[in-house]
Amino acid sequence: MAKLRYAEALNQALCEEMERDPAVWLLGEDIGVYGGVFKVTRDLMERFGEERVRDTPISEQALTAMTVSAAMTGTRPVLEIMYADFLPLTVDALANQASIYNYIWAGQVELPFVLRTQGGGGAGAGAQHSKSLDAFVAHIPGLKVVAPASPADAKGLLKAAIRDPHPVIFLEHKLLYNMRGEVPDGEHVAEIGRAAVLREGRDVSVFATSRMVHEALKAAEALSAEGIEAEIVDLRTLRPLDLSAIVASVEKTNHAVVVNEGWTFCGYGAELSATIMDHAFDALDAPVERVGTLDMPIPYSEPLEMAVLPDAGRIAQACRRAVA
Amino acid sequence: MRNAPSVDDQLEMFRKMVVVRHMEETLGELHKAGKTRGPIHRCDGQEAVGVGATAMLADTDYITSTHRGHAHYIGKGLDPYRVVAEILGRETGYCEGRAGHMIVADAAKGMIGGNAIVGAGIPAATGMACSIRLTGRDAVAMCLFGDGAAQTGICHESMNIASLWKLPVIFLLEHNQYGLTVHSSRQSSVEDLSVRAEGYGMPGVLIDGNDAVAVYGAVAEAVARAKRGEGPTLIEAKTYRFDGFSTSDMGGYQPDGEIAEWRARDPIPRLRAALEGHIGEERLSAVEAEAHKEVDDAFAQALADPLPGFAGHPASRPYSEVS
Repeated sequence: MAKLRYAEALNQALCEEMERDPAVWLLGEDIGVYGGVFKVTRDLMERFGEERVRDTPISEQALTAMTVSAAMTGTRPVLEIMYADFLPLTVDALANQASIYNYIWAGQVELPFVLRTQGGGGAGAGAQHSKSLDAFVAHIPGLKVVAPASPADAKGLLKAAIRDPHPVIFLEHKLLYNMRGEVPDGEHVAEIGRAAVLREGRDVSVFATSRMVHEALKAAEALSAEGIEAEIVDLRTLRPLDLSAIVASVEKTNHAVVVNEGWTFCGYGAELSATIMDHAFDALDAPVERVGTLDMPIPYSEPLEMAVLPDAGRIAQACRRAVA
Repeated sequence: MRNAPSVDDQLEMFRKMVVVRHMEETLGELHKAGKTRGPIHRCDGQEAVGVGATAMLADTDYITSTHRGHAHYIGKGLDPYRVVAEILGRETGYCEGRAGHMIVADAAKGMIGGNAIVGAGIPAATGMACSIRLTGRDAVAMCLFGDGAAQTGICHESMNIASLWKLPVIFLLEHNQYGLTVHSSRQSSVEDLSVRAEGYGMPGVLIDGNDAVAVYGAVAEAVARAKRGEGPTLIEAKTYRFDGFSTSDMGGYQPDGEIAEWRARDPIPRLRAALEGHIGEERLSAVEAEAHKEVDDAFAQALADPLPGFAGHPASRPYSEVS
């Protein structure tokens, strides 16, 4: 087991899958010669050649649509969309093409492709480079949506995504790329659709994804000092959802807080909150609390940006409200 | 591969064009009788493009189509009965009634999709050409698209990438003059869209789309070029749809005389006349009668076929919650 950065773990997953399966290839802006603006694809072009690691023009619409059809015709493409904010450019290929074909064509085709992108705020990247559009893609039936929070999951879930016969939207976070953690060597494939309980607790369940998992863990430390024991559940996969893990945790703590970096209105937290009420209403002693980014464009200046993003403080407050 | 179709090839193109025409006419009648669902987009008058462009392709070659794809389906070798059954929403259709007439696919025939999003087939074929290249197969991908799709941004993106990467793809522009009800002259800054090829560094070829033999020849040359690794070709086939945009079309936007003028250039009698000297009227009549019977039988059978029952499909299972 080696200690790797999140970006290095992703790189290792890509490298191992390309070595294992010649049908795997990569495309995206700046991923080849430069190795990716977040260095996730570093050295892969040198290793696998320009045909399998394609630098592309700035043409997100065409690239995503090409990825869909390349997946239907015998290859396993992994597309990098540089920022999640650019996902709106890819929506036709996702909502009208990739997500429908397996069902509409009665199983005649599989679509083994991965769209990797990174989102989230906190880096001062401004309103067009900081969004979390998780709900945008999780809304569409026919897509799987994965959001790893640790280097080990980054590797394990990316390997699983590449091997999956269905389209997977793989959401990374710009503030996690430098995070270090133990990553199993070699064949480490995680299961898509399984949540993980990262901290056991008896008083309130916090369901979080991506960077918010770490804010939730920080909140749990603070709450513990006050005598509130929060259970922290990393969903890891937004769709399909690990319903049994969610229900089991709520039945244990009788209180639920959902945390997602997306906007709250019509957001992923709203879906999660409704799902908990659909499946575990009788176990709830209080309404589900939602924590997300304030409903407004993400501003640039640091104090402004920090004010709109969810953090450990807001998560802890929500937990206190839940158990009050 | 020959650049000119043999007499047998031409007779087969003629037969398929008659199948498509009779299918379109029957669909028009069924729509009037209230026996179809949703809009049906007929391609009467455009059969020479779809049939001529696919005549030399193998099952291992891919095509992507449009919302007006009946000639492309039949040209690529799909079974008229299963196409008709899909259009009528039957369990026996190519997609078990899930797709309807605009999005039909038969993966085994390399027909991976009609597409009801205008322009979406263009990057799709480009991506298929990437697969062909990466896996080292001797095949091509072709997108059939209209003059409306030629105005989309995704068309520009795809042509640039295809030419940049020298992909084995053929862009076959089926120029029928109208994007829904708006004439091409009110949508495009140039009259001949094939001139745009120069901007992408690929050949642009302008042909008479109502001449199946001309379509065959131009496409055969583009296929050979693609297979030599020289990259894509843009072929613009000028044609016309006799019928409205769809069965919901109220008409009134085509100038007087325009339809009559194009009807005089109907691709089916035109190929028939060319073939008469080679094989005689009697055989042509027999081929026509057989084609009509095949289509009539297809509709009779499909109309008698069961409608699908709704049930969970294996294809939708991966998206449900983990239990």
